[in-house]
Amino acid sequence: MSNIDLTRRRVLKTGAVAGAGLALPTIFTSGAHAFTNEPMGGSVTLGFNVPQSGPYADEGADELRAFQLAVEHLNGMGDGGMLNTFSSKALEGNGILGKKVEFVTGDTQTKSDAARASAKSMIEKDGAIMISGGSSSGVAVAVQGLCQEAGVIFMAGLTHSNDTTGKDKKANGFRHFFNAYMSGAALAPVLAARYGTDRNAYHLTADYTWGWTQEESIAAATEALGWNTVNKVRTPLGAGDFSSYITPVLQTDADVLILNHYGGDMVNSLTNAVQFGLRDKMVNNKNFEIVVPLFSRLMARGAGENIQGILGSTNWHWSLQDEGSKAFVKSFGTKYGFPPSQAAHTCYVQTLLYADAVARAGSFNPCAVAEALEGYEFDGLGNGKTLYRADDHQCFKDVLVVRGKENPTSEFDLLEVVEVTPASQVTYAPDHPMFAGGALGACNAG
Amino acid sequence: METILLQLLNGLDKGSAYALIALGLTLIFGTLGVVNFAHGAIFMIGAFCAVTLSRILNWSFETIDPEKLDFLGNPAKIKTPYVEAWFGPEFGGALIDWAVPLAILFSIPIMIAVGFAMERGLIKHFYKRPHADQILVTFGLAIVLQEVIKYFYGANPISTPAPDAFKGSFDFGAMLGFDPNMIIYPYWRLIYFGFAAVVIGAVFSFLQFTTFGMVVRAGMADRETVGLLGINIDRRFTFMFGLAAAVAGLAGVMYAPILSPNYHMGMDFLVLCFVVVVVGGMGSLPGAVAAGFLLGILESFASMNAIKSILPGIDQIIIYLVAIVILLTRPRGLMGKKGVMEE
Amino acid sequence: MLGLNKKDTTFLLIVIALTIATPIILQPFAEGSELAQFNGGYPDLMQKIAIFGIFAVGFNILFGLTGYLSFGHAAFLGIGSYAAVWMMKLLTMNVIPAILLAMIVSGLFAAAIGYVSLRRSGIYFSILTLAFAQMSYKMAYSVLTPLTNGETGLQLSLDDPRILDGAMEGTSLPVTNIFGIAMNSSYKLEALGRVFTFNVGFYFCALIAIIAFYVAIRLFRSPFGMMLRAVKSNQQRMTYTGLDPKPYTLAAFVISGMYAGLAGGLLAAMDPLAGADRMLWTASGEVVIMTILGGAGTLMGPVLGAGVIKYLENIFSKINETVLHGWFHWLPDGIEDVVIWVFARFTGEGWHLTLGVTFMLVVTFLPGGLVEGLKRISTRIKHGSQKRDKYDDPDPEHRPEASKHVA
Repeated sequence: MSNIDLTRRRVLKTGAVAGAGLALPTIFTSGAHAFTNEPMGGSVTLGFNVPQSGPYADEGADELRAFQLAVEHLNGMGDGGMLNTFSSKALEGNGILGKKVEFVTGDTQTKSDAARASAKSMIEKDGAIMISGGSSSGVAVAVQGLCQEAGVIFMAGLTHSNDTTGKDKKANGFRHFFNAYMSGAALAPVLAARYGTDRNAYHLTADYTWGWTQEESIAAATEALGWNTVNKVRTPLGAGDFSSYITPVLQTDADVLILNHYGGDMVNSLTNAVQFGLRDKMVNNKNFEIVVPLFSRLMARGAGENIQGILGSTNWHWSLQDEGSKAFVKSFGTKYGFPPSQAAHTCYVQTLLYADAVARAGSFNPCAVAEALEGYEFDGLGNGKTLYRADDHQCFKDVLVVRGKENPTSEFDLLEVVEVTPASQVTYAPDHPMFAGGALGACNAG
Repeated sequence: METILLQLLNGLDKGSAYALIALGLTLIFGTLGVVNFAHGAIFMIGAFCAVTLSRILNWSFETIDPEKLDFLGNPAKIKTPYVEAWFGPEFGGALIDWAVPLAILFSIPIMIAVGFAMERGLIKHFYKRPHADQILVTFGLAIVLQEVIKYFYGANPISTPAPDAFKGSFDFGAMLGFDPNMIIYPYWRLIYFGFAAVVIGAVFSFLQFTTFGMVVRAGMADRETVGLLGINIDRRFTFMFGLAAAVAGLAGVMYAPILSPNYHMGMDFLVLCFVVVVVGGMGSLPGAVAAGFLLGILESFASMNAIKSILPGIDQIIIYLVAIVILLTRPRGLMGKKGVMEE
Repeated sequence: MLGLNKKDTTFLLIVIALTIATPIILQPFAEGSELAQFNGGYPDLMQKIAIFGIFAVGFNILFGLTGYLSFGHAAFLGIGSYAAVWMMKLLTMNVIPAILLAMIVSGLFAAAIGYVSLRRSGIYFSILTLAFAQMSYKMAYSVLTPLTNGETGLQLSLDDPRILDGAMEGTSLPVTNIFGIAMNSSYKLEALGRVFTFNVGFYFCALIAIIAFYVAIRLFRSPFGMMLRAVKSNQQRMTYTGLDPKPYTLAAFVISGMYAGLAGGLLAAMDPLAGADRMLWTASGEVVIMTILGGAGTLMGPVLGAGVIKYLENIFSKINETVLHGWFHWLPDGIEDVVIWVFARFTGEGWHLTLGVTFMLVVTFLPGGLVEGLKRISTRIKHGSQKRDKYDDPDPEHRPEASKHVA
């Protein structure tokens, strides 16, 4: 408050000084390392930042299991899992570049602030050279930004928003998981084939950025096939009881309800919709249908039998029969006693991909690693042939369209794969309007 | 017209949950003068009573079926619930199906015990402490209870369906002379509303028409004098704590089919219910109930598309907005008493 | 010195010394030792402790002195952060204007919200502040996304104007700085087998925290502070003496709102991101709890409470089973498993449990908060094992008597 007499001239002067200061190297940083947290000893530390408290704690726990498994496999313990099916053979099961892999964990609490604090402590205190994990797009974007500033690699966990590799993309951030656009592109043809092209869709959308991008993507994809969008209604996050958003659906001539919700909101809105008898309804002589574009098997359990017959999309499912998936399910299932979730899969794969990129680049330098990942094509990690596109650091691979299983044989057997949409069908131009507005920038090595 | 009627029903339903929790909170405020931040956790424990009973009924033995394979390719283990083995699949299956209504009986003794244990073990040491201390200790307790539930049941919601007989919905509109299929409402939600009305009625008549209730009311008004009359008011207040816990617990049990229980549902409801209690007026039981229904109905109306298109986002803040308006126009909420919790 | 009496001066000097030495004090265990996990001397945690210390000290000016329990103070923290980030986006990456704007904007909001809320007292006041904060949170998360960037939080981007900093060069985001010295630069000193990190950002926060603390001491000792205490003890009597308590309480509310805004601005200055979660009711609850945990109405208590909670959150949540295994690997297998199981309930994903248990234990056994615990220890040391008779402490177990009358 002592600066009350700050004149315009002085503000300009300080601004100029500040600008000049930016160009200078930060004199205080100790310059022993070539890049942030360069591993010096016989080990390298990875940071796994997952939700351990809050609504996504179970997904976080599953991600952590997958990370532990990946670290075991990298260090040459266990049965090797997907290392045996991975198309690249750069990894030898002796850690990464001969350095033993160690890891630290933290709690994102599914809040961008807490996630950044946790990631910072991993970077500043534990010397983590790569951060991975997370179960929401807000957190992914926030942590990705932090990693860019700090000069470490961010391998995103479960994040489905277009923005992560769209307007908020960063040179140090990489996403293996699919996104809302891909969900729409994969789902729409299946919806059209099953429900016809003359449908009236009503959207209920979680009122925050992820919900909006998904609503936009799905509406665009279905409208392109001839569907009509009756209404798009935003619902508060964590509304609990969705009855007051579902009853208005009864009054319209909508015959499809699209629930752009995830996690607990998805469970509640779906349960409520079924309770209100929407699935028994006939509108315009057509059976009323509900669609949940993004499925999570862990969460689907909360909806119980309400999920049966509902169509949606998912990144990966344990029932896939390719060699990579089978190897992963086997080592995960043997170790923990139940099959992995899609969150666990993407986290496991991201860890292997990072390690492999380091091995191929021959360096832990984030810029070298990023270069090794950019435009990299690989196979054998569960989704068929996959490309890490250089333009936006998004993986392009097959997308699964799934349906809630009518007669589940066990508590894990909730979804069945309806169709595997080939990667070519979900690929979009890097400058697609839904992804426009951001720039990767240059990679930062700290 | 149909829209308004439907939203009214939705509002009554939401209001029932708010009113039941707020009723318990007010009982504790009014009788013991304690700000109980663990009340949401009690509601959550109630919902988990339903989950627990359904788990107990589903308690199974495993037989190995060599025909089928599990996800690893090993022979699958088929689970058969003991109740089905003992009572036959028909009756046993029905028992499992009726887990939620049965949990009402199961939960009452548990919730009363939880209430007693809380009051005797912890809360009674805090009667004379400042409200801030009460908030801190009950908040700590709520976190501990949540973490215990999270350890046993995980963090994801757990599906707890209503019995098959109450699934589906009831054509309410046809009964009132509207077009069929315009106003349909799920049976279970109608039952929830009726149940809430019965519980609220029972609590009020208990306080109004029994000697015990009379003494408690007298104690709420003037604890000292009642104590001087040689009545052990403390014991009765402990009982009231148990009663409040039972009311919140029952609200939780019956809410389980509407909202799949998860370990943090208590915290989600807590803040809303505090707003409800205060809007109703501190220490007033009818106020809490009225405010619960009022806010539930207004919340439902605010989420109507016609209103949202004029005021986007109004459904997010309506409860708080109404709370502010009411507290500014009526200093002590709807029916608050002078001097209660005003310092 | 500086208008303080001797006792307060010593106190302030001790606080200054402790703050300067924080990077050393929080790094007690040698690098590589099993207990290095408990070291907290890294920039982010130290900054957070200083910042939340400011937040709690400011909250205590309202709550500790006037007794008005605001349950919506996090709103001012969030508003401060948003204001600061916008300043950095539009004007300059120098943190001074950002922090000033944060204080001004949150002060304005505090004046408006305080003016309305202070028309009621007691729990009605608490709920009014809670309602305003929840409304801010909900709007920031959804409807106001163009202004707040919703779920992700407001952050810098390459194409921000930043009028005073001139044209951007390069393709990486600028860092926050004070007249050219970057906030994230630090000097690392390796000595005694430990790495001590002296971070510019932390010392900047520490300097402001000390100023804020000094202002708080002056406030506590001033006639104005006296008036605020009068509001707490008996408003009616105050009115009878011809004084209107309202301007005093409103001033206290605005001052503590500005402290919160200052803390929010500093958060953004250390890490230029402002998330809506900062305004959630749990965040408001956190500062209440920091204050009570440390000792409401005391000067040092809130800072202590902030330190303990932030330390638990950041250190305990990172102790996973692998770390536990490292600690207890020397135990026989069966016992090791049991010990690890017990510890795992309280660390890692169970850190919330530690938090809850801490709250309950402190408030039950140390009614005056942690400060009272320290006082007891120091009396114990001063008087040695001198036996005390019952007149020293009328209620040695601090067991409250049965309530005679509850309103």
